[in-house]
Amino acid sequence: MSKRGSGLLRVDALKIDPLPPLSFSVAKGECLAIEGPSGSGKTRLLRAIADLDRVRGHVYLDGAERNEMSGHAWRKLVRFASAEFAWWSDTARPAFPGEGTGASDKLARLLAALALEARVMDRPLNTLARGERQRLAFARALIDDPSVLLFDQPAMGLDPQLAALIEETIRYQILAGRIVLIAGNDRNQFDRLAHARLQLARPLPQRGATAS
Amino acid sequence: MSYVPLSLSDMIIAALLVIANGALSVALSLRFEWKLAIAIARMIVQLLLVSLLLRYVFAQTGIGWSLLVLSVMGAAAIAEGALRPERRFATLLLRVTSGSAAFAAGLLATLVALALVQPAVWYAPRYLVPLLGLIGGTAIAASALVIDAITHAAARERAQIETRLALGATRFAAFESVLLRAIGLGLLPLFVILSTAGIFNVPGMLAGQVLAGIDPVEAAKYQILLMLLIAGASATAAVAAGYVSVYLLTDDRDRLRLDRLTPQTKSRAKKLALPAWLSRRLRSLLRR
Repeated sequence: MSKRGSGLLRVDALKIDPLPPLSFSVAKGECLAIEGPSGSGKTRLLRAIADLDRVRGHVYLDGAERNEMSGHAWRKLVRFASAEFAWWSDTARPAFPGEGTGASDKLARLLAALALEARVMDRPLNTLARGERQRLAFARALIDDPSVLLFDQPAMGLDPQLAALIEETIRYQILAGRIVLIAGNDRNQFDRLAHARLQLARPLPQRGATAS
Repeated sequence: MSYVPLSLSDMIIAALLVIANGALSVALSLRFEWKLAIAIARMIVQLLLVSLLLRYVFAQTGIGWSLLVLSVMGAAAIAEGALRPERRFATLLLRVTSGSAAFAAGLLATLVALALVQPAVWYAPRYLVPLLGLIGGTAIAASALVIDAITHAAARERAQIETRLALGATRFAAFESVLLRAIGLGLLPLFVILSTAGIFNVPGMLAGQVLAGIDPVEAAKYQILLMLLIAGASATAAVAAGYVSVYLLTDDRDRLRLDRLTPQTKSRAKKLALPAWLSRRLRSLLRR
């Protein structure tokens, strides 16, 4: 087991059917790209790391196995950020954590980085453009500073300018020392962001692909 | 005291309205005719059988008889509460667990009723059975509605629930809006019964007692006592059924566990309607 506080996400023999058990690790400030055709298990791998599905295998963060903490505490640290974010309130505001020390500053910076005006927080979500909702969801996933970010096609369906803003924000998160995993098929984006790649092929991929 | 005995022809006239409703269902393709027919037939058989049984059981005063009746009613109640939902729990254990909250609440309120009414032999079936039937019945109905609403919403609003879980919500926080709506829905019939009591809805027991020749004010006092206990038991049953359902639909890692529900069956609505050939023929008959 790695030492505590080492800033490492370690995946140990995680079994996503029909793939062989996957083992790899990603260090602080690094980005692992997960590639593979549709249906190869990219989303399921990210969900399994976030402990949203029941899957055999272990995941460690800073040397601590996830079962050492509760499921919801784990997901505060290890954030699955899907482009298919579903809102549960009329406006975005209630979905964000309440005003704390510096919370509104952080939110303002994040919204500005994503070219969103502050007032979109309080406009009815169903009157916003899809791209606005998607960027708000992206902001929501980042706002409470998770240690690990698991992005599932973060810029899916966005036009190139907005996709570039998302990419910039992800780059900033990597530089700020987060552990980042991105699933998708944007090879150019991966070339710019990722330090390592994990290829999930539909037939039989290489055993225990290693990154970092 | 005098009451009017009912004849078979009275019953048949009363049934005409139900039959008319069945015809309406066929005509408008509302697909509830079969469900209604089965439910009515079941109700008649149940009440007749129970009345024959009760004639015997009410003559007894032993506690053993009460316990027997209690366990039979309990089993039926739990089965009813847990089987009604269309997207239901996959195993018997889950069904019994989700349905038992209502029975517990109903039983508790019934014991309170017995303590207040203070019949000579409090545990005699004569008092226990009708009280449990009235109080427990409403509690079971409330709980069945809540379980139904939650199992449906869990599948339909999976994206919303899992988004909240992914953001680090506990299982009960992730189900917050689902739970709120389901409990509200489960309590709706209770609020309708309470707010309309005596205005255009004369409660069954009050009507029965007045028809049987008891002073309306005395009958109303009994009804109020029972209504209070029914309200308490139903509200408790709805809340408990809600939390138990969420607990059963999630696991100790705060994961949504839709695998604990049976798969969605599309044929169910069809199964409850008349066979296609029969409803076609009936519809063409009605159009003529």
